[in-house]
Amino acid sequence: MSEEEFEPTIIAFCCNWCSYAGADLAGTSRIQYPPNVRNIRVMCSGMVHPNMVIEALTKGADGVIICGCHPGDCHYIEGNLRAEKRAEAIDLMLEDFGLEPERFRLEWVSASEGPRFAEVMKDVVESIRELGPSPYR
Amino acid sequence: MIKMQIDGQEVSAQPDSTVLEACRSAGIQIPTLCYHKSLSPYGACRLCLVEIEERGRPRIRASCVYPVEEGLVVHTNTDKVRHHRRMMAELLLARCPGSAAIRQIAADLGVEEARFPQKDEDCILCGLCVRVCEEKMGIGAVDFSARGSERKVGPAYDRKSPVCMACGACESICPMEKKLPEAVSSRAVRPSLAGFDAGLTRRSSIYIPFQQAVPNVPVIDRDTCAHFLTGGGCKTCLDFCEAGAIDFGQQDEQLALDVGAVIVSPGFELFDHALRSEYGFGLYPNVISSLQLERVLSASGPYRGHLQRPVDGKVPDRMAFIQCVGSREADANFCSSVCCMYAVKHALMAREHCPDLACTIFYMDMRAFGKGFDAYYQRAVDDGVRFVRARPANVQEVGEGKNLLIRYQDESGEFRSEEFDLVILSCGMRPSEDNGMLAERLGIGLDERGFCRTEAFDPMRTSRPGVFVCGAFSEPKDIPETVIQASGAAAKSMALLAEARGTMVSPKAYPPERDVTGEEPRIGVFVCHCGRNIGSVVNVPEVVAYAEELPDVVYATDNLFTCSQDTQELIKKVIADEKLNRVVVASCTPRTHEPLFRDTVREAGLNRYLFEMANIRDQCSWVHMHEPQAATSKAKDLVRMAIAKARLLEPLQERSMSPNHEALVIGGGVAGMSAAIGLADQGFQVHLVEREPELGGHARHVHFLPRGEEPKAFLAERIDRVTSHPRIKLYLGSVLKSVEGFVGRFTSTIVTNGTQHGIEHGVVIVATGAGMLETEEYLYGKDERVISQVAFESELAAGECELDNVVMIQCVGSRDDERPYCSRLCCNHAIRNALKLKELKPQANVFVLYRDVRAYGFREQLYTLAREKGVRFIRYEPERKPEVSQAGEKLRVEVDDPILQSRLAIDCDRLVLSLAVVPREDTENLAKMLKVPINQEKFYLEAHMKLRPVDFASEGIFLCGLAHSPKDLSETVAQAMGAAGRASTILANEELPLESAISEVVDANCDGCAYCIDPCPYDALTLLEYKRKGEIKKTVQTNEALCKGCGVCQATCPKQGIFVRSFKLDQLNAMVEAALEMG
Repeated sequence: MSEEEFEPTIIAFCCNWCSYAGADLAGTSRIQYPPNVRNIRVMCSGMVHPNMVIEALTKGADGVIICGCHPGDCHYIEGNLRAEKRAEAIDLMLEDFGLEPERFRLEWVSASEGPRFAEVMKDVVESIRELGPSPYR
Repeated sequence: MIKMQIDGQEVSAQPDSTVLEACRSAGIQIPTLCYHKSLSPYGACRLCLVEIEERGRPRIRASCVYPVEEGLVVHTNTDKVRHHRRMMAELLLARCPGSAAIRQIAADLGVEEARFPQKDEDCILCGLCVRVCEEKMGIGAVDFSARGSERKVGPAYDRKSPVCMACGACESICPMEKKLPEAVSSRAVRPSLAGFDAGLTRRSSIYIPFQQAVPNVPVIDRDTCAHFLTGGGCKTCLDFCEAGAIDFGQQDEQLALDVGAVIVSPGFELFDHALRSEYGFGLYPNVISSLQLERVLSASGPYRGHLQRPVDGKVPDRMAFIQCVGSREADANFCSSVCCMYAVKHALMAREHCPDLACTIFYMDMRAFGKGFDAYYQRAVDDGVRFVRARPANVQEVGEGKNLLIRYQDESGEFRSEEFDLVILSCGMRPSEDNGMLAERLGIGLDERGFCRTEAFDPMRTSRPGVFVCGAFSEPKDIPETVIQASGAAAKSMALLAEARGTMVSPKAYPPERDVTGEEPRIGVFVCHCGRNIGSVVNVPEVVAYAEELPDVVYATDNLFTCSQDTQELIKKVIADEKLNRVVVASCTPRTHEPLFRDTVREAGLNRYLFEMANIRDQCSWVHMHEPQAATSKAKDLVRMAIAKARLLEPLQERSMSPNHEALVIGGGVAGMSAAIGLADQGFQVHLVEREPELGGHARHVHFLPRGEEPKAFLAERIDRVTSHPRIKLYLGSVLKSVEGFVGRFTSTIVTNGTQHGIEHGVVIVATGAGMLETEEYLYGKDERVISQVAFESELAAGECELDNVVMIQCVGSRDDERPYCSRLCCNHAIRNALKLKELKPQANVFVLYRDVRAYGFREQLYTLAREKGVRFIRYEPERKPEVSQAGEKLRVEVDDPILQSRLAIDCDRLVLSLAVVPREDTENLAKMLKVPINQEKFYLEAHMKLRPVDFASEGIFLCGLAHSPKDLSETVAQAMGAAGRASTILANEELPLESAISEVVDANCDGCAYCIDPCPYDALTLLEYKRKGEIKKTVQTNEALCKGCGVCQATCPKQGIFVRSFKLDQLNAMVEAALEMG
C-alpha cells in the first residue's frame, strides 16, 4: 500500500456526556472532518479498559483515541482523571507491543466544543496518516 | 359463489362480478386502461383481453365486460392473448404517444414503439371522464360526440358547460392528465391547494393534512368534496377504503369538559402577502412567501428538498429576501421577532443545497437578539450571504425568464435596481381573525392589535383568572420562547390544580415483556433519511441493502423519518411480524432519540435495552457533507458496529426510586423568586438561596417601565410572597458550598454566616443572574458624565432632569469578538430611558448611536414613539465606533452618519452607555459543582435550544433568567415559571426511573482483589467474604442504589470480574472488531 493511498482507521471512545455531545455539536454546526474515525459511545472515559485499547490496535486499528470531559467536568466526578492515569499505563503497554506512542491519545472535549472535536479528529487522522499503517494491520 | 377455472386453477367468484374482477381477486394481473373500480365497465381499451372457452373453442374477449358464469374456462396468459394485448397497446401508443400512462402500459407488455402511423391525440376515448361525471357526480357535463374517426369527448355543443361544477373528477381520472375542467366548465377552475405545502401542491378533497399528522388519518374537506357538493353523489373513496372507515354522516360533536384551568395557545396567522401588491405576490410566480420556501427546502416538501423555482423548476442563481413584509408598518406597528432569523436560516440552507447561489437579504434592522442568534447571523455573513439595509420599493417582472427586478434606495439615498431569479417575502405574524370570537367565548381581553392581553409581570396570565396563555397568541415569538411559556402556563395551571394532581391519570400500560432468553438474535434495522439530512449525503438504500446481508439481520428498511409516529407503528409491527428480538436504528444521536425508540420497542413487548443506535447523521452525513462515498461507507461501518453490539445486548431490569419532593433554587432575583413561588404554589417545599443580604437582584434598579407598570410594587409583592410563603425557606446572605447526588436525591450544603445547613432536595433551579460589563471604553469611569443605562434610569427616576443633550451608545461590549452575542435588553432600555427623558424635558436632545435597533415584538411601538418624540437614532458601523473625547469642559461624541454621509460631532452633558450583560464570574464554579455545561460565552448551556430551553442535559437541574442569556423582566418571569413547570414534572412523581445499565459482579471471575473498590466514585462497591465449598471466597458486591454506571470499576478490573450492563467489555470489543472488519 503506497503512502498516498493509506486511509487510517481510527477508533474513538467518546464519553456520553461531553465528547459524544461535542461530536454531535460538530455535526449540528456542520463542521467537516475526515471520515476515518469510528466513534464508540461509552458512558465515561474512565470506563475504557486499557486492554481494549491495546486489542483494538493489535487487531488492526491504526490509532485509538479516548475523549472525555475536561478535568473537573466529569459527570461521574472523576472518571476522566482515572482515564488519565490509565493513559500512562497504556503508553507503557504500547512500547511492549512495539507500537508507536502516537497511535494512542487521550483528549478532553466538552459538549460545547464541536469545533475542537473536529480539530482533534483532523489532527489525529493527519498524524496517523504520516505515521503509516499499524504494524498489526 | 360461482366456480370457474382460470389458467387451470379452480376459482370461486362473486355472482354478478366480471371475469376481470375474478382474475384480480385470484391475484392474476391483467392490464387495463378504461377500467375503474368505481365505474361501470365499458370495454373501450381492449387491453384486458383474455381467452374464454365458448362451446369448447377459445375466443378472445374483453374481461372487464364479460360476466362470470358457472364452469367458465379462462386463459389469461396464452401467446394469443399476449399478441392481442400487444397489438392493442401498439394502437393506443400510436394514437397517444405522449401519454406516460400508455407508454408504461406498452412497456409492461414489451412494446417499445408502435409500427402504425403516429398521431398526437390528447384523448384515448376511454370514457372514464364521461362515466365519472355521469355516474358519480350525476351531472353529465362531458360526453362523446360525433362518430368514427371524428368521435371526441367534450361539453354539449362544444360550449363551456354551466352545469359543470368544476369538481375536477374528470381531470383526476384521465390517463392523459388532460386539463378537462378548464375546457368544459364555464366556471373558474380553482384547484384545492395543500395548505401544508403553502399552496405549492394540490390535494384532493379527502387527504392526510401532512405526513406526520396525529392521528395519521385522512380528513374530508366538506367545502370541496363532490359528495357534499352534489348532495350525495360520488362516494368513490368508499370503493377504495378497504377498512370501511369512511363515514359521510359524521357530525361535529359538542363535548362538555369539567376543567380547573384553561391554557389558550391558538398561535398566529401569517400576513397575507397578496395584500402587499407592490411586491407582486400572486401576480409574479417567482415571488414566493417564506413559508413556501420553507416547503421548497424541506425534504418532505414538493421537490424533496431540491431548491428550484415552483413555476419552471429552474434552479435559481440569485435569490432575494425582503424582510418586514407585513411587520413594522402603520397598521401593524410591531416586529414579528422571528423573520430575521428564519431568513438567515433559509439563506444558509439554500446555500447548503446550491453553494453557488447568491443570496441577498433586504432588511431594516437585523434583529438577531436571541441566544446564539448573532453568532448564526455572523456565520451567514461569513458564508457570503449579502445583507442590504433597505426596504425595497417594489418588485417587477422582467423578460421572458420571469425574473424579477427589485427597486430600492440604499442607505446613502441612491436608487438602485437589481435582478433576481427568485424573491422571497419574509412575512410577519398577525393575530388570527378568529381571536375576537375565541376571546369572547373565553371571556378574556385582547389588546388593540388583536393579540391576547397580558401583564408584563405575569406574561402567561390573561384578564380572566384560571385562563392562561402561551405562544404567539400574546405577542410574536419564536420556538424557544413559546416552549418556555408553555411550561410556564402549565406551572401556573398546576398551582390551581395542585390538590387534584394525578387523580385522573391512568398510567401508560405496556404489554408484558417477551422473554427472549435462548433465542438466536433476530435483528431489525431501520435506516433513516432524516428528510435530506442523511439521505442527501449517505446512500441510504445502499446501507439498507448492506445491512440486510449481515448475519442475524432478518429485516432492514429505510424511512424518511424514523422518529415519526407512523414509523413507530411500523417498527412495532415489524417486531411482531418478524419476531425481532433486537432493534437497530441508524439515524441521529442516541442522546436525543434513544428514549423514544426504546419506548417503541417496549410498546412492542421487547425489553427497552434490546435496542441500539448508529449515529449516521450528527457524526456522519453532517460532518462529511462533501464526501458522499466515504460517508456511505462510514455509515455502513457504523451500522455494522451497532449490529455487532445489538447481537450481544441483554434485557435489563427496570429500576426506580422515590424522589425527594423539595427544590433548591439558587438566586433570589426575580427569576429565582418567581421560580420558587411557582413551585411552592404547586405544593412543593422550596429552599431559596441568595448570596446577598436582600432579595431582588437587578430588579431593584428598575424604576419605571414604558407602559406605566410599577416595577417597585411588583418587586415588593414578590419579596412579600417569598418571605411569607409557608413552603419557601429563605437563606439570605448564603452561599452554596456543595451539591452532591443526582435527580431526585440531591444533598447540598448551604453556608450562612459560617453556619452550614445540609438540605436534601430532588431538583435544582439555577437562577443566578448575570452582571453588567465593567469597561473603560468611552471614558466610562473616567468622566462622571459617562454613565450606564441603569444609572441613568435612577437619575431619571428622581423625576427631574436638567440635561439638554444626551447621547446613548449601544452595544458597548456586546456583539464584538470577545462577546459575540447581543445583550438584548439594551436597545429597549435606551428607548425607555429616552422616552422618559423626553417626558421630563421634551426639548432635550437625545441621540441614540446604534448598530441595529432590536425593538422586537411590541417594543417596536415604543421605538416608533421615540422617533415621533424626536429621539434621533444614528447608526454606526462596528469598524468605525463613535469616538468620545473631553474637549475642555465639553464631552464630545463623534460618529460617522451613514445617511448624511458625514461625521457628526455632538457635545453632550450626559453620555449613557448600554453596557453588555455579562455572565457571573462564579458561573464556572457553580457549573463544576452541578456538573452542567456552559457555552463559549460562559452562560449556562441548556439541553436543547428549542426543545428543552430551561432544562440542563443532566436530569433534575433547570435554569432561568439572565444565567441562561440576556432577557428582560417579563421574559425572565416567563422562563422562571417555565423552569418551575419543568421541575414539577420530576417533583410530582412518586417513582422515578433509575439507570438500569449499572455494574454487576461476575462472582466466578472475581477473586476479591478489591482494586475496583477504591476508584468507585459513589462508594457503591464493598468487599464480601463468604464460604464456598468449605473455603472462604472473597468477592465484591454492587450497591444498586448507589451505582450510576460510570464503569470505572470495569476498566480497573484485571480479571473481567465486574462490568457495566449494556457497556460490557465483550459488547464494546464486538464494536471494535466490527469497526476493523473493513466493509
